[in-house]
Amino acid sequence: MTESTSMTSSPRPETAAPPAVRVAELTKEFPGGVQALGGISFDVPGGELTSIIGPSGCGKTTTLKIIAGLIDATSGRVEVDGAPVTGPGPDRAFVFQDFALMPWATVLRNAAFGLELRGMRKAEREQVAREYVAKVGLAGFEDAYPHQLSGGMRQRVGLARALAVDADILLMDEPFASVDEQIRRKFQEDLLRLLSEEKKTVIFVTHSIEEAVYVSDQVVILTRGPSRVSNVVRPGVDHSGGSDAIRRSPEYLDWVERIWAELRDYLEE
Amino acid sequence: MELRGRRVPMVFSLVVWCALWEIVGRLELISLIPPLSECLRAMSEVVSSPTFVEAASITLQAFLIGMALSFTFGIGMGILMGINRSVASVMGMWVNIFESSPLTAVVPALMALLGFGLPTMIVTVFLFSVWVIALDTQVGVERANPSLVEMGRSFGASRRVLYGRIVLRDALPELLAGIRLGLIRGMKGVVIGQLLIAVIGVGYLFELYSRNFLMPQFWALLIVLFGFAFLASEAVAHVERKVSFYASSR
Repeated sequence: MTESTSMTSSPRPETAAPPAVRVAELTKEFPGGVQALGGISFDVPGGELTSIIGPSGCGKTTTLKIIAGLIDATSGRVEVDGAPVTGPGPDRAFVFQDFALMPWATVLRNAAFGLELRGMRKAEREQVAREYVAKVGLAGFEDAYPHQLSGGMRQRVGLARALAVDADILLMDEPFASVDEQIRRKFQEDLLRLLSEEKKTVIFVTHSIEEAVYVSDQVVILTRGPSRVSNVVRPGVDHSGGSDAIRRSPEYLDWVERIWAELRDYLEE
Repeated sequence: MELRGRRVPMVFSLVVWCALWEIVGRLELISLIPPLSECLRAMSEVVSSPTFVEAASITLQAFLIGMALSFTFGIGMGILMGINRSVASVMGMWVNIFESSPLTAVVPALMALLGFGLPTMIVTVFLFSVWVIALDTQVGVERANPSLVEMGRSFGASRRVLYGRIVLRDALPELLAGIRLGLIRGMKGVVIGQLLIAVIGVGYLFELYSRNFLMPQFWALLIVLFGFAFLASEAVAHVERKVSFYASSR
């Protein structure tokens, strides 16, 4: 059960190249002695979508923020293309659970803000931002303010901002957690379509098993107290049949069940 | 306000009070209260007199310089206290003490120190207004959305840009509330200072009118001051209402 290869259904890509992101023996102790991470290691292959899943309080978001360079690890290291991470960098872009949009700025300025911080000229960055705002399906809303948009639309702005800076690695912290279920599915499909065009490496934190199986090439399963990697599996659900067919396919349902069984074991401990 | 289910405009209350004032004045019950119409007539006379122009210009000068100092120091201090815990704990107590203390008592000491002129008035305005600005800025900076700060950091914002373009902007609703309260206190400061000094500015005029029982002029001057204070605070309140939408949406 804990042997990762036993659950692997599709082989790893035949690349000898180092992983895009390597997380090695990561631990994190918060002030007050709370052990958030107890030695987490996993590799993220380039060009794939890797989900981190686990019960709440298992350190999913902490792990992601350490990869982003927003939080320092107590020990262990994160490597991006072989180079250790010491802080935020232009090779990684973050999509926030609560969107983190500036309420005083329009959709266009929010989407262009990453580029603004990099000192790109206004006309130029607005052109890039306009393109991505359209790509995430918000054409016509460039001059709207965040409070005029629904949760799903706000997160699309967050996604456009992250894509606009053209980082190789996209870090998404429960991006659909504050989005309605109906919109969520549409958004997941749009995300997959966009990512297949953009060729990004994505690390995606979620607490939804269905979502993880649906969107991921690889799923890292974390457990609680202290947090560590319980398993790394590769569902690799075939997306050619359309979303409804996938959600009914035995393969998809089987993977959901297997990950659930694995998490349940730890919840009952 | 509603009366028997019908909306009554705010102006109505003003009209009622003005009418009441006029009636009380006409009844000549108290010599201190002349009819409103007489005060308004006196107003044009007061406003056009050279003593008023001089008093108003020196008052305005003291007020503006004092407020500029307050904004600079108050906002700067507030940012520091909001960012840095140790600064907050060192400064916080003093700022709170000064904010709640009766600073009027300090003005005579200031007079002894700085003389009977502009410097005393400027410092009075500053002392009256700076603390509330600092405290409100601190609250705004502390309440700034931590996820916006992370967003800025993740996209490579320098500390300067982070605080200037994100945190301070996010703190704008609190900052403006502080500025509005600071303006009101600054105005109190400049008038109280002049009343205590009693030889310059509007304070001198008040002293002059009341000592000579020129009540219409006295009230006229008061109305002018009230009007100015009201307009200044409304101007800031107007900007505040414009940004308040995102105070609630964060």
